[in-house]
Amino acid sequence: MSIYVRIKKALGDFTLDAEFEAENEIMALLGASGCGKSMTLKCIAGVAKPDEGVIVVNGVTLFDSKRRINLSPQKRRVGLLFQNYALFPNMTVERNIMAALSPRCGKTEARERFHALAEKFYINGLENHYPANLSGGQQQRVALARIMASAPSIIMLDEPLSALDSYLRWQLEEELARILDDFSGTTLYVSHSRDEVYRICDRVCVIDDGKFERPRSITELFESPDSLASALLSGCKNYSRVERKDERLVHAIDWNVYLACDRPVGSDISHIGVRAHYVGISHEACDGENVFPCSVIRVTDDIFSTIINVRPTDSNSAEDFSRIRVELPKDETTEIREGDVLRVKINPRDIMLLTCSNPRN
Amino acid sequence: MDWFPLYNSLRVASISTFITFFVGIFAAYYIARTPKALKGVLDCALTLPMVLPPTVVGFFLLKTIGPFGPVGSMALELWGFRMIMTWYSAIFATTIVTFPLMYRTARGAFESFDETLSYSAQTLGLSGTFIFWRIMMPNCKQGILAGTVLAFARALGEYGATTMVTGYIPGRTATISTTVYQLWREGNDSLAYKWVGVNLAISFIVLVSVNMLENRYNRPRRARTDTP
Repeated sequence: MSIYVRIKKALGDFTLDAEFEAENEIMALLGASGCGKSMTLKCIAGVAKPDEGVIVVNGVTLFDSKRRINLSPQKRRVGLLFQNYALFPNMTVERNIMAALSPRCGKTEARERFHALAEKFYINGLENHYPANLSGGQQQRVALARIMASAPSIIMLDEPLSALDSYLRWQLEEELARILDDFSGTTLYVSHSRDEVYRICDRVCVIDDGKFERPRSITELFESPDSLASALLSGCKNYSRVERKDERLVHAIDWNVYLACDRPVGSDISHIGVRAHYVGISHEACDGENVFPCSVIRVTDDIFSTIINVRPTDSNSAEDFSRIRVELPKDETTEIREGDVLRVKINPRDIMLLTCSNPRN
Repeated sequence: MDWFPLYNSLRVASISTFITFFVGIFAAYYIARTPKALKGVLDCALTLPMVLPPTVVGFFLLKTIGPFGPVGSMALELWGFRMIMTWYSAIFATTIVTFPLMYRTARGAFESFDETLSYSAQTLGLSGTFIFWRIMMPNCKQGILAGTVLAFARALGEYGATTMVTGYIPGRTATISTTVYQLWREGNDSLAYKWVGVNLAISFIVLVSVNMLENRYNRPRRARTDTP
């Protein structure tokens, strides 16, 4: 075990309740804004104090409310990369990095290590620049080099790419992935972007309104999410409350249709989810299994696909919940117009059976 | 023309600005971190000298450090140290009057300081002293500099509280502002004009130097070219 966290912290009417462990891997903390991701990192780094709990990194107890252990951030050896990189604006690149080296080694050694880091992070030639004169990519490299200079036993990244525009983001993401691959310890990667997490991380911990779900592998999250929160974060657009009818049949309340599933439906299942690109359109005349009529509300052109919003004709609610989003390749959709009635087909194996622990949803 | 008032004014203003600089910054630093309720009370108490008439400040000072005041009588008895009617009495008055200027501008600067800089410095293992002197202070330089200059300018022009605790003794406690008043009372307009001119010149120099400093810091930083 490389990191173990079990903490609680009340912030107004919001409670952070974190529990997870991670090995030497890249673990994503994925959640919507304001779900407590950043606060968790601050608690681990020691710049915020949890109300109670335990934080252990590589066998060292950083925080334990029962044993009254609370190491100062300086002693924790936790590297934390902020979204804005937090480079010291009054210092040159060299002095920024040397500042992180100075508490640990003498002047000559610090100089040697600085040159090695400058080499590794491609910041040669930028030594005498101030952060304000660096591009976003350069700033990120300097910030990472500075964190590595402090010899952390774990590194934590707080939405490192979300302040960037999409083109730069791609470049930086690749660089970041390369740097993280070189790091042998645990990396905690906080993000609200499922794409980033999918490409960069090994495992993921979904956070829903301050509550941590159990960590799981990336493939598990994207292929078979089991909670509503993880389905939403993995990008599932269609979901409905359900009522279990029998072993393999559910009544989707929001859509007012009966759907067959290929797996047994547990009694704790409260929602189902279907990804937009798994919803098909049936051209056969007769009603088959999981085929039901829907009227087209809106057709939107996306770059490579067409998004069709439909509402099951039997649904009695006019609310947005009853909408189903269908994504089809462009050439299949030329004749669909608003107001048409289509036969929508959902394959039983594409239905995700979801639980919901959060009563608000 | 006797230049003593100029010398005395500069001496008093420099010393009180020096004191105010440190006390104001440390008060600002700690009060920016106190819980809200306490912060409100302390903030009011420390800002009071700014809104009170200087004569009220002078009155309180006389009642405290005067020969019959609790502090003044003690100093006189224990060390034979007279706290009023000397040149350094003005330092007590100007320090109190200028303190809120320094304190408030420094606090504003500290409150707008990006906390993540301090957080990341802590996780990098840097000590609190390093963070304060090498990261916080340089990044709050603008506000602190502005506060210092304002405090100095105010100290130079202080009249009400100063005149109450120092009186006007030519060659001993006279400052520019008390001298101008005295000269006007004596009807010595020509000399009064000279001192007014001196005062204008000093104020002008102070303001120009503030502007120049601000422009220098506002300019985007360039890479240093003194690469070894």
